[in-house]
Amino acid sequence: MPKTLFGLSGLFALTILSLGAALSMGSLEISLAEWTEILRGEETLAADIVLKLRLPRALSGFACGALLAVSGVLMQALLRNPLADPYILGVSGGASVGALCAILLGLGGLLLDVFAFGGALAALLLVFGLAHGDGSWTQTRLLLTGVMVAAGCGALVMLLITLAPEARLRGMLFWLMGDLSQTSNPWPPLLFLGVLLIAILPVAREITLLGQGMESAQTLGVDVRRLRRRVYFLAALAIAIAVTSAGAIGFVGLVVPHLTRLLTGNDQRILLPAAALLGGALLVAADTLARTLIAPEQLPVGVLTALLGVPAFLFLLSRRDSP
Amino acid sequence: MSDKTAPPLLAARQLTLRIGGHLLCRDLDMQLFPGDSLVILGRNGAGKSTLLAALAGLRAPESGEILLAGKRYAEHGARAAARQRGWLGQRRDDPFAAHVLETALTGRHPHLGRWQWESAADIARARTALAEVGLEAMAARDVRTLSGGERQRLAIATLLVQDAPLMLVDEPLAHLDMNHQIAALTLLAERVRRGAALISILHDPGLAARYHTQALLMYGDGESEIGAADELLIPEKLSRLYGHPLLKIAADGRTAFVPA
Repeated sequence: MPKTLFGLSGLFALTILSLGAALSMGSLEISLAEWTEILRGEETLAADIVLKLRLPRALSGFACGALLAVSGVLMQALLRNPLADPYILGVSGGASVGALCAILLGLGGLLLDVFAFGGALAALLLVFGLAHGDGSWTQTRLLLTGVMVAAGCGALVMLLITLAPEARLRGMLFWLMGDLSQTSNPWPPLLFLGVLLIAILPVAREITLLGQGMESAQTLGVDVRRLRRRVYFLAALAIAIAVTSAGAIGFVGLVVPHLTRLLTGNDQRILLPAAALLGGALLVAADTLARTLIAPEQLPVGVLTALLGVPAFLFLLSRRDSP
Repeated sequence: MSDKTAPPLLAARQLTLRIGGHLLCRDLDMQLFPGDSLVILGRNGAGKSTLLAALAGLRAPESGEILLAGKRYAEHGARAAARQRGWLGQRRDDPFAAHVLETALTGRHPHLGRWQWESAADIARARTALAEVGLEAMAARDVRTLSGGERQRLAIATLLVQDAPLMLVDEPLAHLDMNHQIAALTLLAERVRRGAALISILHDPGLAARYHTQALLMYGDGESEIGAADELLIPEKLSRLYGHPLLKIAADGRTAFVPA
């Protein structure tokens, strides 16, 4: 326990650090005098940039990173497969199809979000309906159904890109790669992050038991059917909301669960909050890099997380026999 | 030993099981009281594991009723049922890293409240169980580094930590050496002596006879016989059960059955 609290407070410090960096870094240098003005609540240009541009973006990044990391942990536990990531069951594929349709139709802003979220919900329900169909609801069946729906969505995405006029292509690609520059409202992901943690932490010990297998968990006192339904819907909704606000940012949901597991072990009571903090902090840090590395140009943060995530994951894989 | 006034720990009435259209058992009745031990014998595919899974509440029977301490599984709920019935399955696979001690502690799950963490007493209990199966030196090992036999003994330790009065064990001796086979059966028998009830699936009729008072023979065609172990575990019946003549050999008060 003391070691655990130490680890969690370390991750908490990392989160504060990344948020601090996100607020202070950027094309406009902010002096110490300006910071005191901002903290006193004075309305200056610097205050506008920090509070209206950098803060919402940092909070969105934190919430989306945390949602993706937690849903990655949940998908891995649900499918009892360490290679599962949040996108494996096609929820993000559905969101992509919805979003690209919106972009193709020339819609933007809130309507784009509605389309993306609608696509994600459709995929989520389709996978659940097909996999749950006869009530067997096994891991293999869920995994195969999800992977097939994801593949179908992938094909539709290609089709939409092929049909799209040149002018819309850039917007589509940025959306697909995952990008925080368009997110203006951090509240939906932040609020759902709260809901997710409140709904999932009480059953964290039961989720750990799922790792031993469904029958074993059932005979140890877990209502496996109900638990798996809860985990599936919460994780899928978290993914839908994260992808709607930031696009399909890659690798956070796969790498962060494994990184966190190396720090804390697989006890979900610690792993879930730890993954939320680490996922949030990493995405905020990656997004800060994405908008400052080649400023004033911005890199899509999804490209950066994948570029950092792939070598980190391969390094961990070669260093230990575990992920 | 048996308290016949309380409802039996486990009762099955008119149980019929079928898998993929194949009849496994028909109208089976059984009752288990504290201190009872029943062994299930039969050929591969005769339905032993399926029956045990049904008795554990993991699959619904085609017809009939299963009562755990007088109530159906649905009435108990998963957590309360887990305080009454422990189950040792055949398959082990661990996709994620976990310590041996952590895994043994999962047996405490049904006894802990939602926000409760394992106490020092729970940890002591888990350590005792690990010592009973000879794994005390491996408490900090990753379960995925254990050998098949060590992993099996860890599963037995977890069952002991769960401390349920009814223990359903499917091939508890899988992967175990002779010394560990006897140690495992002795551990389970000791629990039975202290008031638990046991149903095991075994493949050795000699060990079955030595550690159980009752036997259930499943012939694989829906026909089955249940009764006292010393009446059923005889060469004539076992030869028919396994479809191969068996000889009974006795030495130093122990019996063994060998293929003729």
